[in-house]
Amino acid sequence: MTMNNQGRPTRAGDVMTTQTETFTGNKALQIEEALIFETGDFDGTGVDLPEPEGKADRLGGLKRESRIGLPGLSEPETMRHYVRLSQKNYAIDMGPFPLGSCTMKHNPRLNEKLARLPGFADLHPLAPQSAVQGALELIDELAFWLKELTGMPAVAMSPKAGAHGELCGMMAIKAALEARGEIATRIRVLAPESAHGTNPATAVQCGFKVENIPADKTGRVDLAALKEKLGDDVAAIMVTNPNTCGLFERDIRAIADAVHEAGGYFYCDGANFNAIAAKVRPGDLGVDAMHINLHKTFSTPHGGGGPGSGPTVLSEALAPFAPAPFVVRDNGTYHLIESRRAAKAEGEAAASIGRLTAFHGQMGMFVRALAYMLSHGKDGVRQAAEDAVLNANYVLARLKAEMTPAFDGYCMHEALFDDRFLKDTGVETVDFAKAMIDEGYHPMTMYFPLVVHGAMLIEPTESESKGELDQFCDALLSLAKRARAGEADHFRAAPVHAPRRRLDETAAARKPVLRWTPPAAQ
Amino acid sequence: MRYLPLNDADRAAMMNIVGVKAIDDLFADVPADALNAKFDLPDHKSEMEVERALGAMAAKNRAAGSGPFFVGCGAYKHHIPATVDHVIQRSEFLTAYTPYQPEIAQGTLQYLFEFQTQVAALTGMEVANASMYDGSTACGEAALMARRVARRDKVIFSGGLHPHYAAVTRTQLDLVGAKMLEAPIDVDGTEDLAAAIDDDTACVIVQTPDVFGNVRDLTALADAAHENGALLVAVVTEAISLGALNSPGEMGADIVVGEGQSIGNGLNFGGPYVGLFATRQKYVRQMPGRLCGETTDAEGKRGFVLTLSTREQHIRRDKATSNICTNSGLCALAFTAHMTLLGEAGLRRLAMLNHEAACRAADALGAVPDVEVINKSYFNEFTLRLPKNAEDVVEQLSKEGVLAGVPGGRLWPHDPATHNLLIVAATECVSDADIEAFAAKLREAV
Repeated sequence: MTMNNQGRPTRAGDVMTTQTETFTGNKALQIEEALIFETGDFDGTGVDLPEPEGKADRLGGLKRESRIGLPGLSEPETMRHYVRLSQKNYAIDMGPFPLGSCTMKHNPRLNEKLARLPGFADLHPLAPQSAVQGALELIDELAFWLKELTGMPAVAMSPKAGAHGELCGMMAIKAALEARGEIATRIRVLAPESAHGTNPATAVQCGFKVENIPADKTGRVDLAALKEKLGDDVAAIMVTNPNTCGLFERDIRAIADAVHEAGGYFYCDGANFNAIAAKVRPGDLGVDAMHINLHKTFSTPHGGGGPGSGPTVLSEALAPFAPAPFVVRDNGTYHLIESRRAAKAEGEAAASIGRLTAFHGQMGMFVRALAYMLSHGKDGVRQAAEDAVLNANYVLARLKAEMTPAFDGYCMHEALFDDRFLKDTGVETVDFAKAMIDEGYHPMTMYFPLVVHGAMLIEPTESESKGELDQFCDALLSLAKRARAGEADHFRAAPVHAPRRRLDETAAARKPVLRWTPPAAQ
Repeated sequence: MRYLPLNDADRAAMMNIVGVKAIDDLFADVPADALNAKFDLPDHKSEMEVERALGAMAAKNRAAGSGPFFVGCGAYKHHIPATVDHVIQRSEFLTAYTPYQPEIAQGTLQYLFEFQTQVAALTGMEVANASMYDGSTACGEAALMARRVARRDKVIFSGGLHPHYAAVTRTQLDLVGAKMLEAPIDVDGTEDLAAAIDDDTACVIVQTPDVFGNVRDLTALADAAHENGALLVAVVTEAISLGALNSPGEMGADIVVGEGQSIGNGLNFGGPYVGLFATRQKYVRQMPGRLCGETTDAEGKRGFVLTLSTREQHIRRDKATSNICTNSGLCALAFTAHMTLLGEAGLRRLAMLNHEAACRAADALGAVPDVEVINKSYFNEFTLRLPKNAEDVVEQLSKEGVLAGVPGGRLWPHDPATHNLLIVAATECVSDADIEAFAAKLREAV
């Protein structure tokens, strides 16, 4: 037997570079993964539980006889299934996630650790209040931070997400109008066209009619046009500030004054509060209600689409209508007030809007948000806001060489571009976004806000280093050049390196397949 | 500050390229007197200091696992396999956004598709959405959806519905000015709601097991609703019960909503939880919330996308079926991962272990003099009638290390008739020693 003295080829040039399909369909680290229903054992389980005695049956004659149809996987199979799936996801821990308006910033693991302390994670919402004093203290402390940072006198902690907070705020406005006896006449809510879709959806859910506030050519509320629309039939305006074009509403006080003068309320969508946290207090600007997305500004993880948390700060005028439950502190003891009887029944003018959720809000998110706040302190929160704004302006400054900013001037925490730079290239915003995927980036928010053609909204957040931003900008500049060099095919084909090519969303909606069904039943 | 990568040299270089001299030049649109307000808040802290501060707060709470524990009523203490927490802490799941770019979010989308399939199977329905905030908000959304489907006004609430669910639903329905009929509190599950259904009724909302733990057969009520053109909305606050009981779908429910916390999610003092929402295929376009659907990519490979978004606020704006945006993605992952480990076999076994624990607890507690078990049927939760105010008893037992259950006064503060009631849950986590300790202390307390 002779030794193989050829050795292992080490030069990349020795490797064939043509793409080949693999037998498995896998591509090295990218493993194709079937559904659990296709691989799992319908009689299997991955937990060891003792055998029930099998005698007790006090189930009222309703003991389940039918099959449920759920496979069980052993622990190693389960782990492998989810780890393989995870590797088909992009995440902020992997690289920049510049989704404008979504605020994908670093999620500190300390916050995860603290939320898992048994004193928080293993605590029942209906345990006696004497056994949960530390939890009530935490809610009270977080409420203090939120009130202090916003300069508002009250906060409702229970809304479960931003849209839920909007609902809370708009319901408080509705209740206040009811108390004033004006609910029948004040039926209009004004919101800019650039607003998040949740704003009009929320206003309608509250029974209001929504009308657009026109924007001026600088991307801000057109004050004169707003004033024309105001009247004694206006319940409220809903304005995001900084707005969804990434701009601070420089007429904010005049806007607030005008709506107040007309007898309406100012709902501020706080989705972009991260740009001004510990710099500017919305309470100083005339805001009556504003939700705060703890999962944006205060970095509780987005988790692939929730859970969020949307505490809502309220002005003196709206505070009496706050939902139950809420925490009050009395002589060092914390009380959870769970039932505020409709005060109207007791002959008072004010009435709580009622209950928004079964329990007290997103406690797990509260712990994480307070850990974030204590870690940053007021100096760190302010620095984070400044860095977020600086990073966005840096991206704006660097990209405007090849891309077209939607508006002149500086931005706040996000930079908005339109698709003029793609004119006549055959490349559209969506193609540009998909090409970013091949470059290793999550695309920016696209086609939002609606007021800008082919919008690309880039929010880098404070979590990106200068080096990371430079690389990101270089990549986008090169893509912009390629688009203009006539390489439309490159963009239309993208992504080619992702776990999947472009997916057919039209077919998915036309004939919805929303669950797995056994092959025999298909 | 450990979370911020920029240093002062970076900032100076970047400001130079941006073309400003000071950071506040970028805040020039802010009214000058509002900029850089003063805040009565502390400065930043080290990781160790933060851990100490929050650790001190956590230490003031009595965790469920620290002693005999029998509290339920919509949130339940169950064992969660260690694998589940590892899975949800994977960076790629934890720190991802809503899957708006499906080519790089197939991980999230596939588990949502699997979640929807599991929820539909468990509830006995045809389709389920990708989750709601929690069971109570899902209940409110179900009432709104039933009104859209039936094009009718009135919603009937069972007297066995968790009062917080009723309150949340009332809040939602008040907004649209809906008519509501709330049945009187129904402690023993014997109410007859069929007679209340009229031609203006959109739906009847009924919970099983109900808030007092009674297992309810929904079949007759579903028939009565359908005969009158109304929908039956079934509420399940203890998802594990679906492993032991006939599903609401089998009993004729049109919409099933529930709290999924029991599977994969900790108590977390009330949230985040995961709302389950399932219905019939024919109503799918009236559903609220996110939906994940199967499709193919440009090469013909199977993939998943968010679909039917023409129902949703980001597309339909003021004409959306709901204003919901964020849901409970990560809690849905915890649910589906735990469910995948359990499988049907494990879930059935777990459910019966719960039932047996409750039977043992009911026998022991019902044997205490002057204490009566009200229920004829139950799954893992039942109601005791005590000879005195249950809130006082709970407080006293709490001091002695036993968290005894939910007193009626906590849920119905304005209804004294409930104040001697104690709702007791016993799950697989309850040991015989726990039950003995509870019974002994209860004997002393009453």
